[in-house]
Amino acid sequence: MKRPALERVLLAHGSGGRLTRELVEGTFVPALSNPALDALGDAAVLPELPPGRPALTTDGFVVDPPVFPGGDLGHLSICGTVNDLAMAGARPLWLTWALILEEGADGELIRTCTNSAAATARAAGVQVVAGDTKVVPKGRGDRIYAVTAGLGVVPPGRRVADDRIVPGDCILVSGPLGDHGATIMACRHGLVGEDLRSDCAPIHRLVETLFDAGVDVHALHDPTRGGALAVCHEAATRCGHRFVLEEASVPIRASVRAVCDVLGLEPLGLACEGRLVAWVPETEVSRAVEALRQTPGGGEATVIGRVEVRDGDRLPLVMETEVGSTRPLDLLSGSDLPRIC
Amino acid sequence: MTPRDPYRDPKTAAGLVQRIGAASDRLQRRATFMEVCGTHTHAVAAAGLRRMLPEGVRLISGPGCPVCVTPVDYLDRALALADLPDTVICTFGDLMRVPSSHSSLERARAAGARIEVVYSPRDAVARARFAPSTRVVFLGVGFETTAPTIAAAIAEADADGVPNFLVLPGNKVMPPPMAALAADPELGVDGFLLPGHVSVLTGWNVFRFLADVHGIPGAVVGFSPTDVLRGVLELLEQRIRGEATITNLYNRAVDADGNRVASALVDRYFEPATVTWRGFGPIPGSGLVLRAEHAHRDAGLIDVEVPDPVEPHGCRCGEVLRGSIDPPECSLFGGACVPDAPVGACMVSAEGTCAAWYRHRLHETTV
Repeated sequence: MKRPALERVLLAHGSGGRLTRELVEGTFVPALSNPALDALGDAAVLPELPPGRPALTTDGFVVDPPVFPGGDLGHLSICGTVNDLAMAGARPLWLTWALILEEGADGELIRTCTNSAAATARAAGVQVVAGDTKVVPKGRGDRIYAVTAGLGVVPPGRRVADDRIVPGDCILVSGPLGDHGATIMACRHGLVGEDLRSDCAPIHRLVETLFDAGVDVHALHDPTRGGALAVCHEAATRCGHRFVLEEASVPIRASVRAVCDVLGLEPLGLACEGRLVAWVPETEVSRAVEALRQTPGGGEATVIGRVEVRDGDRLPLVMETEVGSTRPLDLLSGSDLPRIC
Repeated sequence: MTPRDPYRDPKTAAGLVQRIGAASDRLQRRATFMEVCGTHTHAVAAAGLRRMLPEGVRLISGPGCPVCVTPVDYLDRALALADLPDTVICTFGDLMRVPSSHSSLERARAAGARIEVVYSPRDAVARARFAPSTRVVFLGVGFETTAPTIAAAIAEADADGVPNFLVLPGNKVMPPPMAALAADPELGVDGFLLPGHVSVLTGWNVFRFLADVHGIPGAVVGFSPTDVLRGVLELLEQRIRGEATITNLYNRAVDADGNRVASALVDRYFEPATVTWRGFGPIPGSGLVLRAEHAHRDAGLIDVEVPDPVEPHGCRCGEVLRGSIDPPECSLFGGACVPDAPVGACMVSAEGTCAAWYRHRLHETTV
């Protein structure tokens, strides 16, 4: 018998009764289907891990609005989880996907997010093997939140960590910065134009590309919340060296810059959801950039700065400005950008 | 990708810096120029311009950061309004972290007060329209630049019949405090970098009194690094020639008379009044209050109990705003008062003088 399509989320969809089952078996399982999930056990029982060290991550997604140019919360939640694994040098394998739905949420929104999560997982070569659904009373949540976990494996011999960054390393990015953060902020303020689109995408293949090209990648970060500014500041502080970014080389789209000018935001502090920042030896940087540029999602890869010895009381992170001066880059204060991911 | 911005061209900038150096040598004394606008303070810091200028040019910041000059009792009153039943406060985000006498909007919100950040006063009108039984109070701060948007929001509320949209008037206008600064012999300002955005609205004519009455040169400049450098060079050259005029170097945006439509809209709802500026005290004609016929929009007329204002102990924001000290001269700077835990208003906004000095380490020659 064909089930009626989910129209609106009711509290009963989270009660564990018939409606829960209909939602799980009618919406989630068909979209995300794979043997481990389809068994619908209390826990997914997985094949043995490939050789290497397991990597495990967890993340929550509360973006407002849940659908935006370039993606939606479903797509974002898979990308975010896959990317966190990839930044540890891991090959992502399995994900869990739990939804917290608000009573009254539009069924179409739930289907849209589920289908795009499924499509993104398929395209990324990962499986969603377990899930959960909870419904909170109207007003206690905002339509749809997702919580994920991700399991992957770091292949033998690979170690990506901030403590491997050394003076002489180059800092490169896989594409323009701030697209996601600017798009979300623009959506909220009715500023969206055709030129703005979230960069939300899985980036684990870009990482594999670097290793395939024989690049000794020292460290990787995805500049999500806090943007490139936060990841560079954190990595510089951790490794004890000084990062010098070149303002003229930092790729920021004109449309993103325009949103920043209107809303008074620092573009380097805006989130990306489909970019990586990599620290690689100077001797390998042109090979790294070339490899990225030939891989989908890396076409605009470029070097944005370098790692220097940090003497005495000099700052961990500075920017050489376009006009030829130097300024410190510090973490942003306050919460300009709530709920961007 | 971003086309190269001609106003950030390193060669142009280097050429200007060289000419500024030569002009400064010719003047044979140190010149003090004040950038009046908070956006200039931020732009100068973000491009690292101070470290490019010669010893003979000293840039000081003026009272051009709206949240910085908002007196503490304005915030106290806003918080008292937030305690009223069925009342929502809507505010520009900059104001959230500014300390009031005993709290801040941010802390009051965390404690349950209904305070919402909006990007436009019209968002507050929309808020009022969809909640007719809620009183929506917009905190109307800013200079000539935000006043028209607030007037437009009131006009929209009038046109659409939204009686529950109110404004707590706190807008200020720049010329009166600048007259006070120009007349201050101790400050010794040799020239003003005049506020580009304000001038778009007012036109540059409103600043002529600086040259005509006080004999101080002024240059209206934009916000790109080379705009500011051109302004500095212009002021130096006027001093060398012994002239004082107002030069408009931002003619891609500014003319002599400004935006008359916007001015007329502001005049329809607001009139000038004596208001208090943090650091200056009361200045005649320096504020905008709602005209009597719009009293029903005036949240300042609502009777609430406002505590006696308490300025934070040891805070020297007032002197920073008058340009009479640089931020590091305040004993709280960088210790008790940092952007993550601001004591004074100037450490809050990105356009605040103390925040710019702290974030950009302007007191250090190398970073």
